[in-house]
Amino acid sequence: MATHFKIDGLKAAIEGKEILKGINLEIKGGEVHAIMGPNGTGKSTLASALMGHPKYEVTEGHVELDGEALLEMGVDERARAGLFLAMQYPSEITGVTNSDFLRSAINARREEGKEISLIKFIRLMEGKMKELEMNTEFMHRYLNEGFSGGEKKRNEILQMMMLDPKIVVLDEIDSGLDIDALRIVSNGVNAMRSEDRGFLIITHYQRLLNYIKPDFVHVMMQGRIVKSGGPELAERLENEGYDWVKEELGIVDETVGQV
Amino acid sequence: MSTQLTTPVNRQSVSALSQSKGEPAWLEGVRTKGAELAETLEWPTPEKVRISRWNLTAVGSHKAQAAIASVDELPEALRGLAGQSPAGLVVQRNSARVLHQLTPELAAKGVIFTDLETAAREHGDLVQQYLFQAIPQDENKLTALQSAIWSGGIFLYVPKNVEVELPLQALFYSDDAEATFAPRVLLVADSHSSVTYVDNVVSTYGESAQPITKQSIVEVIVKPGAHVRYATVHNMHDNLIDLTIRRAVVENDGRIEWIIGDLHDGHTLSDTQSLLKGNGSTSDAKVISIGSKTQQMSLTTGAVHFGRNTESDMVTRAVMKDGATAIINGITKIEKGATKSNGQQTEKVLMLSPKARGDANPILLIDEDDVKAGHAASVGQVNPEQIYYLMSRGIAKKDAERLIIYGFLAPVVTEIPIEPVREQLQRLLERKLEG
Ligand SMILES: Nc1ncnc2c1ncn2[C@@H]1O[C@H](COP(=O)(O)OP(=O)(O)OP(=O)(O)O)[C@@H](O)[C@H]1O
Ligand SMILES: [Mg+2]
Repeated sequence: MATHFKIDGLKAAIEGKEILKGINLEIKGGEVHAIMGPNGTGKSTLASALMGHPKYEVTEGHVELDGEALLEMGVDERARAGLFLAMQYPSEITGVTNSDFLRSAINARREEGKEISLIKFIRLMEGKMKELEMNTEFMHRYLNEGFSGGEKKRNEILQMMMLDPKIVVLDEIDSGLDIDALRIVSNGVNAMRSEDRGFLIITHYQRLLNYIKPDFVHVMMQGRIVKSGGPELAERLENEGYDWVKEELGIVDETVGQV
Repeated sequence: MSTQLTTPVNRQSVSALSQSKGEPAWLEGVRTKGAELAETLEWPTPEKVRISRWNLTAVGSHKAQAAIASVDELPEALRGLAGQSPAGLVVQRNSARVLHQLTPELAAKGVIFTDLETAAREHGDLVQQYLFQAIPQDENKLTALQSAIWSGGIFLYVPKNVEVELPLQALFYSDDAEATFAPRVLLVADSHSSVTYVDNVVSTYGESAQPITKQSIVEVIVKPGAHVRYATVHNMHDNLIDLTIRRAVVENDGRIEWIIGDLHDGHTLSDTQSLLKGNGSTSDAKVISIGSKTQQMSLTTGAVHFGRNTESDMVTRAVMKDGATAIINGITKIEKGATKSNGQQTEKVLMLSPKARGDANPILLIDEDDVKAGHAASVGQVNPEQIYYLMSRGIAKKDAERLIIYGFLAPVVTEIPIEPVREQLQRLLERKLEG
């Protein structure tokens, strides 16, 4: 069955403050959706609510991944069901090596007794690291500890490539990347594009979308998707900023949850 | 008198035991003096742990043990702890040595490695020269009482310039809670020698054994330019109270490395210090501990800098489960005149239960200006953001927690330079964490 991801009237709050005010979005396998929007409008909140971050309370709505109710699942179950979130600020975990972490993540998807062999795992990881032009030394480094901003982003993409998800949410994967890294990471993402995988790419910059061509572009303000279009929408935003959208929709303050 | 009641032995009883074992007169004198001192001295008073409230008087009585011919005669659970063909091995069961091996090569080089009782008979001058040099007999009730009742133990002497490549090993085990269990260890590394010593301290009782207190004293003398690596892993049942004091005196350019696994299940007093007497002497201490159930622990590492250009580094990491308590002290003391010295320490505690308690007390006592000293201490819980991150990759919550807990200990465990000790520690960590 082709991947089908559907967000229906999603509302979410943090510490009692409603941030997401009803998100509707449908992503099919093969599609790339981009979400743009000014700071503080709820983009990361959407990503976190989908993944199931414990601080975000979903108050209304429904999310389906291939017919399964995503919001009923625990964080780990959502991941195993095929959701992947490359985070804006990935955690650092001392003492846990990148390779031990990824091996646990892969084995979590396999039955007991059918764990990936060490050799096979190392070959897989080395291969993907090569594609991302990462030094294999990063296998043995503690997870994200002391990684530069760009190294963390590359490591998120490495995880995506190894875990083979169905729905990929990339939250500002381009922030902190230099020009070469942007190209390498984009190539990594493009190599993963396929008929049974959908992408939701949160970004502030058209530049990323030059590399990863979106099929749909959405604008988020005040915790809602306020405008949707094709790639030309991203280009107009890059050139003209958000004022025209606000004007068109009569929005004065685009942020959400601010006092 | 109340102090009398708290002392389980007296002058007459230790003297009679010493004579019955045919010990040299000087040793009988040491023991009777210890028994007398114990009557007036007080128990040590570590920060925030009232060890005097523990049942410290159940020290058992001396029991003879039949010797065994080889490791194969050990109970199966212990065989793996005797090391794979170490250069030397001493096994002590309860109060007495039952096995002793040393390669002829090392013996020919003048290395002495045997139990301390035998050494007291055969190398009395050497033993008398160094006994109490690191830990005075009259320091407190524990040091005094231990000097009166100890048995078995270890004496290691490495002559000048001799480098012992393979670890020398000891195994101390208690399988009878009525028998005294009080090994005393004396290590002397003469100038420019080097040696690694590893011991395992374990118990193998049946279901419920009566309370017993184990008292151990470890003295290490590191002569100029010598290098001693001391690794010890303690893992006993919770009926046993483990009181262990370790101290090294390090002379010019000498080096002591301590690796300590306090994985005991019962109350624990573990106090490990390095006295950096010589210029250029260095000390490195790594301590790993896991507290579980209702055990109380006082874990102290210390370094006292006397010499110039001395360096110390101390790291303690403890994971506290259930209702366990650990007070973790790091004491860096730099004396006047110890110029250009550097003392660093880190204590970190990971709390796994709201009922557990862990305190980290870094203490810096600096009497010299021209030095460096630093400390870092933290007490924290498993970070929920980290759990979320790992789970977002599909890892189940329980496995995510495990990764983080082992990760907390890993920076110290992976630094342990002796592979079998590292593996043994890892096994015990798993057992105690999962148990
Ligand atoms: N953990 C939190 N605690 C308190 N407020 C939060 C938290 N997370 C988000 N918010 C608030 O929710 C609003 C939306 O934040 P969010 O991170 O979703 O914005 P964003 O669109 O991703 O912004 P940016 O482009 O800067 O990344 C902000 O006002 C933010 O301060
Ligand atoms: Mg954001």
